[in-house]
Amino acid sequence: MEIPRIIGAGLIVIGAGVGIGRIGGQAMDAIARQPEASGKIQTAMLIAAALIEGIGFAALFAS
Amino acid sequence: MQKISVVRIFMTLALILTSLNLVAKDAENVEKEGKDGLKTEIKEFIDHHLLDSHDFTLFSDKETGKHFGFPLPVILWDGGLKVFSSSKFHHGETVAEVDGEYYKLYHSKIYKTDAEGTIEYDDEHHAINAKPLDFSITKNVVSIFLIGLLMFFMFRGLAKSYKKNNGIPTGAGRFLEPLVLFVRDEIAIPNIGENKYRRYMSFLLTVFFFIWFLNLLGMTPLAVNVTGNIAVTFALALITFLITNFTANKNYWGHIFWMPGVPTFMKIVLAPIELLGVFIKPFSLMIRLYANMTAGHVVLMSIVGLMFIFKSWIGSPLSFGLAFALSILELLVAALQAYIFTMLAALYFGMANEEAHH
Repeated sequence: MEIPRIIGAGLIVIGAGVGIGRIGGQAMDAIARQPEASGKIQTAMLIAAALIEGIGFAALFAS
Repeated sequence: MQKISVVRIFMTLALILTSLNLVAKDAENVEKEGKDGLKTEIKEFIDHHLLDSHDFTLFSDKETGKHFGFPLPVILWDGGLKVFSSSKFHHGETVAEVDGEYYKLYHSKIYKTDAEGTIEYDDEHHAINAKPLDFSITKNVVSIFLIGLLMFFMFRGLAKSYKKNNGIPTGAGRFLEPLVLFVRDEIAIPNIGENKYRRYMSFLLTVFFFIWFLNLLGMTPLAVNVTGNIAVTFALALITFLITNFTANKNYWGHIFWMPGVPTFMKIVLAPIELLGVFIKPFSLMIRLYANMTAGHVVLMSIVGLMFIFKSWIGSPLSFGLAFALSILELLVAALQAYIFTMLAALYFGMANEEAHH
């Protein structure tokens, strides 16, 4: 019972990591294309990252 | 050139010496048991740090068994109000007798026991003794009072200096004014809207500075972990939840129970999901702040604990360097988490106040 739970939590954390990585990468791309919009992009990036992070932590604490 | 080669030789020698030292330790293999004991001790220390406590211990001397700090008042409701000092518990070592009743501190929680302080367990080793209602002024409560007082005087000073100095802040106000403007211009107005942001500003400013200052207090050697306590973040999230739902307009509830612009079948499917979302939003606020701060504290203390596990001269600079870098990261996280909490709260308030746009 313990091991599948840990594996599941690990999978979710990998997913969350990939998600936050993609958000960061795409935000970099977006800022490089439009440096003048960097403020707005950063805000949106932080919100999206925070939402995914919540799921990651929920998985960590559920395991 | 000369200098570099000298440094290089020194470094190589140092490396060889260290590796020899490590190999020697491995070969001896005598302190294995001691090392495991040390690991559990560090783990216990971290676990203890994450919990709230009934006394404000600054540091303890393990060899003499002395604790340096001060006791805090314990307030219990157990068939009547009982107020006594937490020094009666002697850090959980003795049973406190109050008006003929006996109480014992066990894993930072107060249980009712008999004169010997017997704790009974169920099958999973959880204590099953009766627990009195605990309204004590614990370490976290003291920290919250402290920050509340600090915020009161700082912002009163800011308000006073506006009056005295023709609208130009002085002293600490010069530091606070840009932050207040930041919360207004970057968080409240873009998310809630020009017309309605004013009635949420008091809450947003309070929650921003409260979380930020408490996060920073957690980085001091006072070793308090207030925002990493799920009860505290629960209260913050609950207030956000209540404000969101009590100030919501017709349009918001319409979007939850009868989503406009989708087929009737989808309306029925979406209603329970949207209703669940009402509770998930504050829940995620609670978990995010709690987990971030707890994780920060655990990692930082584990890195400091490495120093004792390594038992070699390299452990101390290594763990110092890592802890230093991580502390700087944690200072950033302290501000970032306050910002994100405020930002998402503002976002939810904005959602609750959106006007129909069809």
